[in-house]
Amino acid sequence: MRQTRITRNIWLGIENLLLHKLRSFLTMLGVVFGVGSVVAMLSVGEGASKEALEQIRKLGSNNIIISSVKSAEEEQTSTQHSHMSIYGLTYEDHHRITESFHDIQQTAPVKLMRKDSRLHERAMELRVVGTTPEWFKLVPREVIAGRVLLPSDEVKQAPVALLTEFGARKILATEHTIGQTISIGGDQFEIVGIVKSESGQAGNIQIPDQQVDVYIPIEVARLYFGDIFTKRTSGGDEREMVELHQVIVQVDDPKKVESVAAGIDRMLEQFHKKKDYVVSVPLALLKQAEATKRTFNIVLGSIAGISLLVGGIGIMNIMLASVTERTREIGIRRAIGAKRKQIIYQFLIETVVLSTMGGIIGLGIGVLIPLLITYFSGMITVITLQGILLPLLISMTIGILFGLYPAVRAANVDPIVALRHE
Amino acid sequence: MSEKALSNNHGEIVRLENAQKIYQMGTEQVRALAGVNVSFNKGSFWAIMGPSGSGKSTMMNILGCLDRLTSGSYFLDGQDVSQLDDDSLSDFRLRYLGFIFQSFNLIPQLTVQRNIELPLYYLGWDASQSAAHAKELAGQVGLGDRVGHRPTELSGGQMQRVAIARALANDPHVIFADEPTGNLDSTTGEQILELLINLNKLGKTIIIVTHEPAIAERAQNRLYMIDGKIDRIEGVRDETN
Repeated sequence: MRQTRITRNIWLGIENLLLHKLRSFLTMLGVVFGVGSVVAMLSVGEGASKEALEQIRKLGSNNIIISSVKSAEEEQTSTQHSHMSIYGLTYEDHHRITESFHDIQQTAPVKLMRKDSRLHERAMELRVVGTTPEWFKLVPREVIAGRVLLPSDEVKQAPVALLTEFGARKILATEHTIGQTISIGGDQFEIVGIVKSESGQAGNIQIPDQQVDVYIPIEVARLYFGDIFTKRTSGGDEREMVELHQVIVQVDDPKKVESVAAGIDRMLEQFHKKKDYVVSVPLALLKQAEATKRTFNIVLGSIAGISLLVGGIGIMNIMLASVTERTREIGIRRAIGAKRKQIIYQFLIETVVLSTMGGIIGLGIGVLIPLLITYFSGMITVITLQGILLPLLISMTIGILFGLYPAVRAANVDPIVALRHE
Repeated sequence: MSEKALSNNHGEIVRLENAQKIYQMGTEQVRALAGVNVSFNKGSFWAIMGPSGSGKSTMMNILGCLDRLTSGSYFLDGQDVSQLDDDSLSDFRLRYLGFIFQSFNLIPQLTVQRNIELPLYYLGWDASQSAAHAKELAGQVGLGDRVGHRPTELSGGQMQRVAIARALANDPHVIFADEPTGNLDSTTGEQILELLINLNKLGKTIIIVTHEPAIAERAQNRLYMIDGKIDRIEGVRDETN
């Protein structure tokens, strides 16, 4: 009974609104666009931050990444002819880091270089990553075919190579290529596996992956290619000596990541005269990204709030006009015996129906826009349940909030005066 | 409640005791009702007459529970309603009273049926019951074939019939009619008056405000007002007064 009465009242409200279709529609527009823009903005924002967070997460939340960088003064002198820059992390650094901290679970040194490579008739420059089997535990990758590097490769100094899916595709390797020989920098390597490639780039941390085309054991890399690299630049050849380009460290507890990172930084400081390394913590970046996301949400929320406020004021404006226009009707209802609260109820239902319908239409638009954005620009957009329910809830609240004053005005109309109202 | 009230009174439905209504108009006080003592019997037909400003509209508003006395008492069906709050007065109007106005006061957006259903809606009847009752009432006032029409599609006489049907929907004890024939031609006015007289014969108490002596002549009792006071009362007086 109670239920049917409410639905009946809502129907009466809808009927009344349908008597003025155009006006009701125009009144709704404010909420339609308010809710539409909120839903659309939230999903675009959510998508953008999800992408960023996803990338950082791929770097591993327990990981610390120490990268070699050319220091500022080195950058200047290196432009001089036939100068050789010596910088970056050393094998000794890697050893010291591994030995000095209890909380470190495992580490992986990384050597990066570009080498001309050839598979059958296909020749191209590949990026070569010299690393240890631990690398694949620190940054887990799905094995598509074959196997990853093994400790025995290290011990035997076996010339084996592992391609990423991306690199494999570029050099026209398939799973049938496993076991075949690839020439890297003039040396012969046996292809033992292909792993799935995943993009991973966040801020200044770059993880060798997407553009990385081939993994080989670090001992082999050192043995075959040494530590001196020649870069061809417009000003002539540039020579660098870098032992290790990166060291990836995994800490056993995420809570200790930042303190261990600080410890590594302090330790390296003692052995490096110049600041030729950077210690990055994906977790810290993650936290930072999350904080940015919060700020972003607050900004979006404010914009949304303002647009919904404007929508609400629009509704209030029209409802006040409607109250004046329907003064006589109110007088009639009161004379017949309607109580004040029943008049309030009647008008409130109309505004809530208006704002909720506006909210639903706005939701439709707000869901459609991100889909179109994704379709046309490929940008990731995420529509969350929260992103849908919140604007709906707010639009209903707006209906109540901004409907209340006109409704109370209506209820306070003096029936005697109202009945004489023309 | 009405059963008890019926058994307790002595045929009296309305009684004003030293009723005063004072309006503040700027700095001036207007005594719209200046100490009125009167009682109407159940089933009677009264016409309230008087020049404009005599207080007859105020009298109607007070008796119709649309307004409250400044001082004095008003007993409706044996209950003192002069001190009731807005909600309770609304409830009295809903359960005991029916109104007919000079300008019909139908809600133009609603159909004839919906207009008649209005009191039933506030009484909490369910939709199908009230629809049936409204159609029956429309038939009684001769508009059985017009229930789906809107007031604007009807003639003045028809509109007033709808208003009468609406006033009857809650089976009221008293029907107030404020210049019910004022906007109608004499033939139609006569028909409406006949309808009211018939309702009175069926036992409804009818109180009509009019300035037309010809209309007032048809009432059993006439009350003439001047300056917020009763000037004279004509017609069949009840022996209990």
